[in-house]
Amino acid sequence: MPALIATIPIPRDLPLPLPVPEWLLVVCLVVFFLVHILFVNLMVGGSVFVVVAEWMGLKNKRWDALAHEIAQTVTVNKSLAVVMGIGPLLCINLLYTIQWYSANALTGHAWLLIIPLVIVAFLLTYLHKYTWDTWAKGRKKTLHQAIGITAMLLFFFIPVIFLANVNLMLFPSEWEKVRGFFSSLCIGNVLPRYLHFMAASIAMTGLFLAGYFGRKNADISHLDDFTCPELRRLFYKVCAYVTLGQFALGPLVLFTLPSDGITTQVYVIIFSGAAVGLLTLWLLFGELRRDDTRIGSRYWPIAALFSIVVFGMGSGRHVYREAALAGHKAAIKNRTERYAAALADFNKNLAAAPAPAGQSAEQLFMNCAVCHAPNVKLVGPPLTEIAQIYAGNPEGIVTWAKAPGKKRPELPQMPPFNHLGEASLRKIAELMLEKGATSK
Amino acid sequence: MDFPSFYLDHLAGGRLIIGLIASLHVLINHPLAVGAYPLLTWMEWWAHKNNRPDVDHLAYRITFVVFIVTTTVGAMTGVGIWLSTSLFAPFAIGSLLRVFFWGWFLEWLVFISEVALILWWFLSWKKADKPEKKRKHIKIGVALSIMSWLTMALIVAVLGFMMKPGEWNQTRAFWDAMTNPLYLPQLGFRTFFAVMTGAVFLWFSSFFFTKKKGALNPDPRRLREWIIYRLSHVVLISLLGTYAFGTWYWNAVPETMKANSSVALLTQEFMSWHRQFQTLLGWTLIAFLMVGVGGLDRSSMIPRWALLIPTVLSIWLIGHFERAREFMRKPWVIGEYMYSNGVHKDELAFLQSEGLLKHATYVKHREITESNKVECGQDIFMLACSRCHSTTGLNGVIEKLTAMYGPDKPWDSAGMQLFIKGMHQTRTFMPPFPGTDAEAGALVAYLQQLRTHPQTLPGAQSAGIVIAPEALKPSKIADSQPTL
Repeated sequence: MPALIATIPIPRDLPLPLPVPEWLLVVCLVVFFLVHILFVNLMVGGSVFVVVAEWMGLKNKRWDALAHEIAQTVTVNKSLAVVMGIGPLLCINLLYTIQWYSANALTGHAWLLIIPLVIVAFLLTYLHKYTWDTWAKGRKKTLHQAIGITAMLLFFFIPVIFLANVNLMLFPSEWEKVRGFFSSLCIGNVLPRYLHFMAASIAMTGLFLAGYFGRKNADISHLDDFTCPELRRLFYKVCAYVTLGQFALGPLVLFTLPSDGITTQVYVIIFSGAAVGLLTLWLLFGELRRDDTRIGSRYWPIAALFSIVVFGMGSGRHVYREAALAGHKAAIKNRTERYAAALADFNKNLAAAPAPAGQSAEQLFMNCAVCHAPNVKLVGPPLTEIAQIYAGNPEGIVTWAKAPGKKRPELPQMPPFNHLGEASLRKIAELMLEKGATSK
Repeated sequence: MDFPSFYLDHLAGGRLIIGLIASLHVLINHPLAVGAYPLLTWMEWWAHKNNRPDVDHLAYRITFVVFIVTTTVGAMTGVGIWLSTSLFAPFAIGSLLRVFFWGWFLEWLVFISEVALILWWFLSWKKADKPEKKRKHIKIGVALSIMSWLTMALIVAVLGFMMKPGEWNQTRAFWDAMTNPLYLPQLGFRTFFAVMTGAVFLWFSSFFFTKKKGALNPDPRRLREWIIYRLSHVVLISLLGTYAFGTWYWNAVPETMKANSSVALLTQEFMSWHRQFQTLLGWTLIAFLMVGVGGLDRSSMIPRWALLIPTVLSIWLIGHFERAREFMRKPWVIGEYMYSNGVHKDELAFLQSEGLLKHATYVKHREITESNKVECGQDIFMLACSRCHSTTGLNGVIEKLTAMYGPDKPWDSAGMQLFIKGMHQTRTFMPPFPGTDAEAGALVAYLQQLRTHPQTLPGAQSAGIVIAPEALKPSKIADSQPTL
């Protein structure tokens, strides 16, 4: 079916080897990406907690103080999210050069918008954080809340752009349908993945804040009406219930994934991850049942188990990606090799062919014919005119051609032709005089 | 050829966007990071040594501005250079990453530490309330200053070895770049330039922070005079360095140009930039000199707006410097390896013999016919020209051709075709045309139509892609396709 075949673009890969072994790049991609996404989670989730707590603070001041405290973490996590994003970007550029850049180009407007949107979102989070005490009442407070909400909404939107790209790169057969960023959202399963990511952001931030406020040297003296165990319980709760919800969202993501990359291996990895997730959840709910003196004693085991779950999901996603793109990668490799072979053949024949014995004056003159016609003014003066000026003086043409000046105001200045060499220029000059004299 | 062409027609293909993002990045990085960090650390140290909480508080307030700007616009424009290059020249950035991977990886590690240190330094400033804590805090500032200088030193090397023709594949390419005759003068020039402009930035911001009396600022006038007096010294000393390294750079350029470029026009064009660089350098330094000398003695005589003059000049100078530096690379994007339109040096003759349309991925037709000629020409424009030229906008082909052939008479298609084939000889900063004669003819047909019916050319980001079947025998197609 030629019509179907035509819809899958098979480009050639760059003819350069990877700078490091592929397996190392894969490990770096999976690990660096998870570190990056952790900070992104804390940034996005943090902005939600800030907005919600500030809103609750309108009725009870203690929530406002808590919101302010959380806002301090968002601005740090956002910087780390950016800087830790560079490593995985480096890896994905190398491992999926063709697929990644193609997705970027197809969603280009949105991709470019990432830069100003992130800058604005970051500036707003700073503004929100540093005007907390000064814009505390009346209309100013409303404005303050609006700034927080705007920053949060930007943080909601920016991941969609990245998600659209990591999704689109998986399905080359769909590229031909794409007409800009929004149409790319209809491909694959962007929405379920997005919900899964947002839930993870809330859950991870909950876990992070449970540890942050529960740590030994946590100074919560300015959060008058809260106690450490209370905060710990609160954020544990958020983490636990949202993670419970992930047991609905996770399968939704899995079952809406296009079948391209679904293999037994993907299932095994994802379900093992989910099993560890269940264990984590059981520990988490166990923590919630403990009394104030003992809540939090299992924080690190829980965090470690969460890391295993996340690592499992990250690996599963890589295995899916590899399986989904296996055919495309093989076809690219094939085409790249065929092209390289044809190119090598061609260059071998070219090298074997007898070296052309210096260009003839006629061939060299082609460089000039572009602008100088026999007897009409093209870009420069015609040959007949040149022959008059330089009659019997080919050396004059050579000198001029090496470093032309500007004589005629109505014509563009001639570029220098030093690079053709003295001998060639001399040959050209003689031919020019000959042609100029004969064409009338 | 192998990537969908992101294209912004009116903006010369979109290169302007990379340029703007990169210039903004340099304009923040040099004065606010490389220049300001060591000066602010020095202020903190001096305040600690002489027990001047007002100086410490001033340094803290300026650091606040630096912190906000560098961790938002500064960081994101740095990433932005990469994101935008991925769109406009994926073949180039993709190749560069494979070739210079370790340079970039190393730079990333240094960048992580820079970000961690600025967060740590600024956010722990007010918590360092005891002398021993303060001493430790000052050390963070020192480490930050070193790291931020190091990111610049590494990136300049990466830029250098991108330009160094043909030598990257030999084992020590990175050190080659560092031993490039332009590396040290360039790095020295940037370093002193950063300190000089950083000092003026501190000076400028101190006007805003020394207006009112405060608990930590009992005598704002004394504080302002103190900072201006000291910063004038910094300006004058770093001015000498900028002058010395700028001159070294200026003298080293002709030699390097001779070695790097056998092409007269390129050298000629570059040398005119080069002369402008000298003039600009002169005026910029004079402006800084006047401000610096004025600040030494009569600090009250230097009004706030006067500082804007050297600032504007220095923005101009560095912008010019970066443009000239980039220009030197033409017609290559990686010296002697890849042309600016993504065609490899070693595939040029092959493509000229076989044709672009046959081997490109995203084209509408493989064979040129009389009826599809203009469409083919448009695809060829996108493949061969669009990375630098727009159709009718900035650096537009029609504008260039009008300058050559005149606006009022018809253009001779045969002459244009001849010009396209020999263009790289007359416009040596342009790559050779990478297609067959028939393809040059199709391009001319498109250009002629564009002249009479100017129309914006949309990029893949809005028009999507079209994939003509690969020109292969049917049996081969079957085994080259993925099974989906």
